[in-house]
Amino acid sequence: MAEEKKINTSEPDENEQEEIIGKAYDARLMKRLIRYLKPYMKWVIIAIMLTVGVALLSTIRPYLTKIAIDNYIVNKDSNGLRNIILILLGTLIFQGLLQYSMTYLTQWIGQKTIFDLRMELFEHIQKLSMGFFDRNPVGRLVTRLTNDIEVLNEMFSSGIVMVFADIFIIGGILFFMFSLSWQLTLIALSVVIPLIYATIVFRRKVRVAFRDVRFFLAKMNAFLQEHISGIMIVKIFAKEKKTMDDFKKINYDHTKANKKSVYYYSIFFPIVELIGAISGALIIWYGGGKAMEGVLTIGILISFIQYSEMFFRPIRDLSEKYNIMQTAMASSERIFKLLDRKAVIADPEKPIELNDCKGIIEFKNVWFAYVKDDYVLKNISFKINQGEKVAFVGATGAGKSSLMNLLCRFYDIQKGELTVDGINIKDLRQHDLRKNIGLVVQDIFLFSDSIANNISLNNREIPESRIKEAASIIGIDHFISKLPLGYGQNVKERGVTLSQGERQLITFARALAYDPKILILDEATSSVDTHSEIMIQNAIDKLMEGRTSIIIAHRLSTIQKCDKIIVMHKGEIRETGTHQELLELGGIYSKLYQLQYKESFA
Amino acid sequence: MTYLRRLVPYLKRYKKTLILGLIVITLSAVFTNLIPFVISKAIDQIKNHTDGLALYKYALMTVGFAIMSGIFLYITRQTIIIVSREIENDLRNDFLEQVIVQDQQYFHFHPTGETMALATNDISAVRNFLGPGIMYTFETLINFTMAISLMLSFNVELTMIAIVPIPLISYVVYRIGKSINYKFEQVQDQFSQLTTKAQENLSGIKVVKAYVREDSETEGFKKMSLAYMDKNLELAKVQSFSYPIMFLLTGFSVIIVLYAGGNKIINNELTIGELTAFIIYLGLLTWPIISLGWIINLTQRAEASMKRLAEVFDSKPKIGDPKACRKDSDALSKEISIIKGDIEFRNINFRYHENFPYVLKNVNVKVKAGETVGILGHTGSGKTTFVNLISRLFDVEVGEILIDGRNIKEYKLNELRTSIGYVPQETFLFSESIENNIAYAENSFDKDKVIQAAKISQIYKDVDKFPKRFDTLLGERGINLSGGQKQRTSIARAILADPKIMILDDAFSAVDTYTEEEILNGLKEIMSGRTTILISHRVSTLKNSDRIIVLKGGSIAEEGTHESLVKQQGIYADIYLKQLLEEELKDL
Repeated sequence: MAEEKKINTSEPDENEQEEIIGKAYDARLMKRLIRYLKPYMKWVIIAIMLTVGVALLSTIRPYLTKIAIDNYIVNKDSNGLRNIILILLGTLIFQGLLQYSMTYLTQWIGQKTIFDLRMELFEHIQKLSMGFFDRNPVGRLVTRLTNDIEVLNEMFSSGIVMVFADIFIIGGILFFMFSLSWQLTLIALSVVIPLIYATIVFRRKVRVAFRDVRFFLAKMNAFLQEHISGIMIVKIFAKEKKTMDDFKKINYDHTKANKKSVYYYSIFFPIVELIGAISGALIIWYGGGKAMEGVLTIGILISFIQYSEMFFRPIRDLSEKYNIMQTAMASSERIFKLLDRKAVIADPEKPIELNDCKGIIEFKNVWFAYVKDDYVLKNISFKINQGEKVAFVGATGAGKSSLMNLLCRFYDIQKGELTVDGINIKDLRQHDLRKNIGLVVQDIFLFSDSIANNISLNNREIPESRIKEAASIIGIDHFISKLPLGYGQNVKERGVTLSQGERQLITFARALAYDPKILILDEATSSVDTHSEIMIQNAIDKLMEGRTSIIIAHRLSTIQKCDKIIVMHKGEIRETGTHQELLELGGIYSKLYQLQYKESFA
Repeated sequence: MTYLRRLVPYLKRYKKTLILGLIVITLSAVFTNLIPFVISKAIDQIKNHTDGLALYKYALMTVGFAIMSGIFLYITRQTIIIVSREIENDLRNDFLEQVIVQDQQYFHFHPTGETMALATNDISAVRNFLGPGIMYTFETLINFTMAISLMLSFNVELTMIAIVPIPLISYVVYRIGKSINYKFEQVQDQFSQLTTKAQENLSGIKVVKAYVREDSETEGFKKMSLAYMDKNLELAKVQSFSYPIMFLLTGFSVIIVLYAGGNKIINNELTIGELTAFIIYLGLLTWPIISLGWIINLTQRAEASMKRLAEVFDSKPKIGDPKACRKDSDALSKEISIIKGDIEFRNINFRYHENFPYVLKNVNVKVKAGETVGILGHTGSGKTTFVNLISRLFDVEVGEILIDGRNIKEYKLNELRTSIGYVPQETFLFSESIENNIAYAENSFDKDKVIQAAKISQIYKDVDKFPKRFDTLLGERGINLSGGQKQRTSIARAILADPKIMILDDAFSAVDTYTEEEILNGLKEIMSGRTTILISHRVSTLKNSDRIIVLKGGSIAEEGTHESLVKQQGIYADIYLKQLLEEELKDL
């Protein structure tokens, strides 16, 4: 085993910082995001209309209170008071209804929009070529599909529409206040400027503090993760004490960062209350004076006290929205970047139809490299006729699996030509090509679904009878029927553990159910018990019947039954012939044979 | 509250600060509640046109009270909330301290993610209860008493009318909170299912593509997405309900007070100022009323979290120091502090769990200090278990293991383990500098020792090529070492520990044979007179050992030197022959 000498310092394909703190508004991204709202435009407009209603109804109540006091209470008119109270109750209930509809509707719009976006992204990712998946870890793609989209939900549901709501409410309050007394409004709201200033300063400080908190939290989590998963090392070197000492430091750093944010909060909240109190004091001092002069009424004073209280909340909220928008922009940037990725292997514009595939395969001087100029296949040429069975043998890394990947067009070759039925596979639709190929790979992959669905892969064109037929030809029908839920048994449920051999056989049944013209089989090397061994052998024979078959063979019996054996070594074809011919040759094959296929003499 | 009671000792540590916090929170509430009182007096003053100058007085009083209240509020947060952070810190330290002493077995049944969740989410939930929980409970109580007694002083009947909806509001908040929690958990659950589905689909992308199943996969994902959306909308239903219902109820009491109070004013039973005060008090009470339901939820969550944490705190490790040692640690340890390195396995039968089959069966081995012993065997033959027993990562129940003729259970755990240098099969390095990794065993080290260990393990030349040399950071943010480089760093770490017994468990699997030989030669020198145990599936690693043991299915199948085993024509000879062939093939 040669040691890998190079150090991997090169940047991975899509190495972005997960936490970009960027702009809160980016016209280009916003425009693109808004497009997803289009199908629900009608509802968006309704939602905005609802917010106008809510804003109007909630801001009219202090005004009505003023009327109740000035017109009825002061004038001792109890009938009038009762009427205005009923109107107040009416507005309250009506506002409640509107508020509920508005909140639910915005949530609904948000959910619908992100559902569309998620599906679009999912379908897009699936279309990307295999090379993309080699370079991008699954975890990162899953994060795009889940967490990043989730952030957008917050923006769609509580961001956009709620910003309108806040603005309308501020507008409504200003309208009523000004109409009651513009002088008192200016005086009462003079404190808004310091409030906005305090809020901005606070947000800025707290954002920095939270960044520290997140930084230390991440550090602490990393430490925990590392030392718990590496607990054995801690124990073996008896480093429990050192671990604790190190952890205490990190933990306290985290606590200190949190204390800092607590500090900002403990200053900010009293300041907000103080500003509110100053506003109240100003109303009493100025408004009270005017009221004594008879310019203002008591009712106006009381409604002003209520308005100034109402005024502060949306202002504080708006800064909160700013944060939501900021993270949403960062997430949408990442999502759109992924959506803009083109599939490297595209279908031809004018595809040739592959009707009634015969299964004639030809490699003509094929060169292939996963990484530029690092060829894993060098000048490979061979032809496989209809119905022929060919085995590929060779040591690990000889390039056998790459051949299979090329035939399915998971990757494109650099030089040479690859044809099926004489047609260059680049001229075919990928779907048409793959529909005729049955691929059974060595790493058995089963979905956490029922056995039936694992065989049919949810293909409705494959009826239950065919699933059962395939299973019984492969020889697992009996075993499946004995499971508690039979074909409906979930393969990954607790309690049911399928052996490696049984899992392998399910993938065989899958290939058989699809009845492909070309079969590609990468036999598993994992040791299976003798019983399964025989079953697998029989299954392979059944599987190959009447098809062009390419097998990466690990079992002697499979090889012996093949029409031709091709020996791969270091990316090249070194020997070709039947089992007997190659053994007599005394070359690579005969060595491999002794190593892998000859019975152990222990 | 049974589990939350365990927090009492933590709270006691900060008794003085907490008492101060409770005093200032009371003061703050008193001043806050005085403000509406002042305003009511001011309005009545205005109404009666008495004294224009008095308005300045009231305005200044309002600001003055707000300043006082603000200062006390600041101190409250700086005491109670800060203490909750301190307790969180203490609790987390104690938690990890408890976790790392657990037996290796514990970690087999408790995945890392689970422990992480306890250390972060659950401890946070407890802290939420300690900080905001305690603060708001107290604040609510005082606000209630203050506001209600002041309201009573104005008018008893109106007070009664005003506070009728309060219990109802608290109850509604509590119920809604509970329902939100439940729905939220369902959303989370569906979210993780969706994540799993995406994860699975993308991991199996090759199968999907090969069988042209993109459409049906999309269909499946769509189903999950839709289910997730539905759960979210269910949550939205409750959530959208919560805000309107709360302000409906609070708004309702304000209107009722306005009506009843208005009528009282008409009948000259109340002044306008007092009515204003009532309205402001109701505003002041809204938040405490809402927070009451919220606090109950908070407490329930904290209780559930504390219960989970208590399970860890109550789980006592089985493997530890001998009892005599625990009491009188110095007396015993001094007399046996120098381990020579004789190892003996006597009739060892071992299994990881009583439901599992035996991994080692009737194993008897004697290794003399200074010997190098090789262990060969297929996967699952019990090689790793064999060496794990020596460092007491697991304890045997049948048979005994002796070091220098003394049962290993009689040694202090620290002492036993520090005399063993272990290179485990799965290389695990910390994401720190190379130097810190190599010097892991030592608390204070000199650079020369690090360099020496690095040279013996043949990692020195590689390190020398890095721009930052020994300060190079490993892992996520640093350089990613190749498998072989990692293994050699791990070997250097064991060398620096200066062990009496060295265990190398398949430590050369990613190292080429030439380098392997150099390392083994270097090791031979420093390990002279000490014990070395080499595990490998590769004959080249073992062939120069003084003795080779072949394990098969947990029992010793063959034993001898390389030459004698080759002659035996058994498992060892078979593996040897195959490996020779492999070498030949590679050179073709």
